[in-house]
Amino acid sequence: MLQPIHLAHTPADLTLYVAVYREVENASSLKQQLLAGNTEFEYAFIDASMILSTKQALAAVFRAINDYLNHRLKSRNIHSEIVFCLSPNNNIGEAFRRFGVSDATKDLLVIKVATTPDVTLESVGRHLSTHVQGQESPFDDATFRATADLDRIRKVYKISSLAPKATGRKPSTTSNGIPNGENMDATKNLEVQILGLMALRGAT
Amino acid sequence: MISTTSIPQREAQPFLPYPFTETQPPPHLVTQGAEALLYRTHFLTPSTAAALKARPSKPYRHPTLDARLTKQRVLAEARVLVKLSALASDPDNEVKVPAVFNLEWDAARKINGLTEDQRGARRTTAAGAWLLMEWIEGKSVKDLLREWDSWFMATGSTASPEEVQAQVEAVKRLLRRIGRAVGALHSKGGVVHGDLTTSNIMVRPATNSSTSNGSAAPTIDENAQADDMPARPPNFEGEIVLIDFGLATQSVQDEDRAVDLYVLERAFGSTHPRQEGQFDAEVLQSQEGYRGSYKGANVVLKRLEEVRLRGRKKSMIG
Ligand SMILES: Nc1ncnc2c1ncn2[C@@H]1O[C@H](COP(=O)(O)OP(=O)(O)O)[C@@H](O)[C@H]1O
Ligand SMILES: [Mg+2]
Repeated sequence: MLQPIHLAHTPADLTLYVAVYREVENASSLKQQLLAGNTEFEYAFIDASMILSTKQALAAVFRAINDYLNHRLKSRNIHSEIVFCLSPNNNIGEAFRRFGVSDATKDLLVIKVATTPDVTLESVGRHLSTHVQGQESPFDDATFRATADLDRIRKVYKISSLAPKATGRKPSTTSNGIPNGENMDATKNLEVQILGLMALRGAT
Repeated sequence: MISTTSIPQREAQPFLPYPFTETQPPPHLVTQGAEALLYRTHFLTPSTAAALKARPSKPYRHPTLDARLTKQRVLAEARVLVKLSALASDPDNEVKVPAVFNLEWDAARKINGLTEDQRGARRTTAAGAWLLMEWIEGKSVKDLLREWDSWFMATGSTASPEEVQAQVEAVKRLLRRIGRAVGALHSKGGVVHGDLTTSNIMVRPATNSSTSNGSAAPTIDENAQADDMPARPPNFEGEIVLIDFGLATQSVQDEDRAVDLYVLERAFGSTHPRQEGQFDAEVLQSQEGYRGSYKGANVVLKRLEEVRLRGRKKSMIG
C-alpha cells in the first residue's frame, strides 16, 4: 500500500512515497537505524498516534520541502525536517521525541521524499517490506481516525477542548462507526488549528 | 516618498512568488490591491481550494526595512487568523475566518535546486512574503448589495410592494448579522479588524459538505443565473466570514473598537448610498446587531459618537 504522491506547488519531478503500518513490532530497531545515521534509512518515521489527518502530515512535508528549497533546514536532512515541521515549537529534540518513532510506537507513518531518480516505488516498497514488521494500512483519514491519540495531540499543540454542551448530544459515532457531522466538525476545527500552529512555528 | 515612475517600466508579469511559479494549473489572479495580490489556487491537492495572498517587496524601500515590514504584515495577519480559528471549537462561535494553510515570511532570493546536482544552479526569485489560506466560497457583501441595487433598479418598480418590502427586510437581516459578527470579533475574538469594509466581509453559502445536518441547502449557483438580467434579488443566506486581517490588532480597548465601527460606517456610506440610512439602526443599534452582541457594546457605541465628532471636525479642517 506504499503510495506515490505529488504535492501541489512542489517541483514536477518530486515524488513522495507514503505508507502506514499498524501493530508495528520492531519500532525500536527502526529508531536505532535513524540514531545510527544509517543512510539506507532515509525516511521520516512518524508515530501515527500524533497524526490527525493526511492534511496535517502533508502540510508538514510541504513546509519541509519549501524550507529545503529556501536552504534553511533546521535539522539534518529533509526527512528529519518533516518530523520537525509537525511541531508547534522550535525545540528539535522535543519534536523528535513527540512525533518521531519511539520504542513505544505501535502505528507508524513512513514518508520518503524521492530526491534522486533511482528512488522508485519498487525500491522503496521492497526496502520497507523487508525492514518494517507490521500490517500495511492505507494512507487516508479513516486510518488516522483509528490511530490518532486525540488527547495527546491536543496536549502537545496546547489546544483546549471546549466541553461540549450537555443538552441533546447525539452519540459521537453512528452505528456503523462513521463519525457523525458534529464530530466531523470538531476534527475539522482541530485540524485547522494544528495547520495554523505548524505554519506559524518559528515566527518571531 | 521616492517615485518609481521616473524609470519607464516594461509591462511586467504580476508578482507571483516561488514555489507557486511551478504550480499546475497556474494560480489565477483574482484581485490586485495596493499592497497584496490575491490568487485562487489550491493546497496539497487540487481538491482543497486556497487563496494565496502575496505581498511583493517594494523596490523603493530599503531592502532590510522592506523585508521587515512585509514580514510583519504577513505574520500579523496569520497570527490573528490562527488565534480566531481557535474560537471555532466553541459551538456558539460566530467569528468565521479563513483557515491558515501555510505562510512564508522570509523568502530567500535564491532557491535551491531539488537534487544534489541541481544544487549548484540556484535560481534567483522575486522577494516577498505570502500567506496561503482557505478559499472562501461566496461573495463579498459589497457585491451582494450591488446586485441588490441592480435588482431594485431593474425590477423594483414593477415588483409588488410586498416583494420589495420582503427584500428590504432581507437586507436588514444581513446588516444585523454583520453587526453581530463584528461584535463577536471584538468581544470573543479580542481583535479589532482595522480595515472593515464591505469587500472584507463575505457571505459563504451553506453547502452540503459544510452543514452537519445534510439538509437541502441553498446552492452556490443560485445567483449565477441572474447574470445578464437581475430578475431575482441576491440570496443573502449563509455564514458571515471576515477576511483581510492585514491591519488587525489584538485589542479590547473601547476606543479601538469604536474606530473599527467608524471605519465601517464611513466605508459603507460611500459604497452603498442606498443602504446608508439602514446602517445605524441595523448594523449598530439593533439587539440582533452590534448592540445586542455583547455586554460592553453600549459603551463602545457611546464612544463611537465621540469618534464621529472628531472625524467631522477633522474633515472640516482638512
Ligand atoms: N480567503 C479568501 N477566499 C476567497 N476570496 C478571498 C479570500 N481572501 C481574499 N479574497 C478576495 O480577494 C480580495 C482581496 O483580498 P484582501 O485580503 O481583502 O486583500 P487587500 O488587502 O488587497 O484588500 C477580497 O476582497 C476578496 O474578494
Ligand atoms: Mg480587502
